[in-house]
Amino acid sequence: MAGFLGREQIIARPGFNRWLIPPCALATHLCIGQAYALSVFNLPLTRQLGVARSIAGDWRLTQLGWIFTLAIVSLGLSAALFGKWVQSEGPRKSGVVAAVCWGFGFLIGALGIHLHQLWLVYFGYGVLGGCGLGIGYITPVSTLISWFPDRRGMSTGMAIMGFGGGALIASPLSDFLMRHFASPTSTGVAPTWVVLGVVYLAFMLGGAFGYRVPAPGWKPEGWVPPSEKAQALITRYNVTPADAIRTPQFWLLWVVLCFNVTAGIGVLGQASAMIQEVFKGRINASAAAGFVGLLGLFNMAGRFLWASLSDKIGRKPTYMCFFALGTALYALVPLAGKSGSVALFAACVCLIISMYGGGFATIPAYLADVFGTKYVSAVHGRLLTAWSAAGVFGPVLVNYIRQFQIDHGIPKSEAYNVTMYVMAGLLVIGFFANLAVKPVADRYHEHSDPLGARGDRRVMA
Amino acid sequence: MANKYGKTSNEAARAHDTVMLTLAWLAVGIPLVWGVVETLKKAMALFGAA
Repeated sequence: MAGFLGREQIIARPGFNRWLIPPCALATHLCIGQAYALSVFNLPLTRQLGVARSIAGDWRLTQLGWIFTLAIVSLGLSAALFGKWVQSEGPRKSGVVAAVCWGFGFLIGALGIHLHQLWLVYFGYGVLGGCGLGIGYITPVSTLISWFPDRRGMSTGMAIMGFGGGALIASPLSDFLMRHFASPTSTGVAPTWVVLGVVYLAFMLGGAFGYRVPAPGWKPEGWVPPSEKAQALITRYNVTPADAIRTPQFWLLWVVLCFNVTAGIGVLGQASAMIQEVFKGRINASAAAGFVGLLGLFNMAGRFLWASLSDKIGRKPTYMCFFALGTALYALVPLAGKSGSVALFAACVCLIISMYGGGFATIPAYLADVFGTKYVSAVHGRLLTAWSAAGVFGPVLVNYIRQFQIDHGIPKSEAYNVTMYVMAGLLVIGFFANLAVKPVADRYHEHSDPLGARGDRRVMA
Repeated sequence: MANKYGKTSNEAARAHDTVMLTLAWLAVGIPLVWGVVETLKKAMALFGAA
């Protein structure tokens, strides 16, 4: 069985259509993207015992918040720990492992909800599911870059777009399932998780078994690798994951991702409350939910569009754009709120969120440019710890600043202004970190042979 | 080498790929489009309010 899943078993035959690979990647990412929609279960989970309303012994929102936090921390840690394994074993085996972790994470979580044992939910969705998130997230990256060396940004952007799109599917689907299973004695969350677990397991396994890796020496017809002089940041050398984390470039890119994500989370986490408080009396809860949905769309579209654009203008200029334009937009948000224009306010935030998604989607191609393609999944996995850090500290920072403002007598409608300026400040730091990214020094390169003597020719030939 | 349907193995593989390609993109495209449509419906409430 293990041999059947191995990298050697999935080498594509000559003439294989490479456009069969992105749907496999999307099958994985559309499922794990559900994580962004976890909050739809928050309120029903607070009335598991009372059903109609919360009663003594029911879980509190603060306790439930840890499920998502654990999942994001597990995502970063598992991506970092298993990145090298994902790279060496190939996408089918890691895709199967991700599917099992994610699917069974839901099933164990459902059991925890049914038995009202929160630790089981923490373990199931948070830890096991979080490992599925991390392994599933990095699984298609290296394979897509191998198949699309001419469109690294677009191909990985397409997969990571699926992570944004997953929430758009999961949110209405979960609503529908909960309404279907709800009864006077049940909120319907546990059976919903069982259905989601089974569906995600089947869908992700389908994707995993569709993966193929290109044969050694394969390259797209008529494609010539760019010369290093023409695009200074695109290397033809490889840096091992162990060496990569010793380079300043890795930590500069860590800061780039971390600050871009922190700033985005700052808006995403409070978007609904923010628009209702800034436009008090004009925007109700339903319109605010529509605004959050719109942000989800821009988050998804930004992943594909910005990553595709990075193939044309380069990775570094794309991030320059995120940070320069992002800083201006964050500074503009308070003014847009003061002007009373909902359209201007929404446009600013939507563009900001498109760049938040774009930052996630463009980073694998950036890493492949800087550290080479051979170990990109492993290096990407280690860089995703930046996401975990941002996922933990971002909301804490944002909530603390907001509360501090309110405690000092600032009206709620203006309590977000300082947060926006702090986010703009983070983006300025990110701008300079990105500016400082230079080609990796020769001493970190794995081989003197620029194509890599141990089989990297299949990627760079 | 033509098979019993008169197709070469390359042509058969290409036809198989085309079918698989269509099915694979439909499998991920349909749920994604459904999710986008549902989200847009929800977002209409914002445009109504604005």
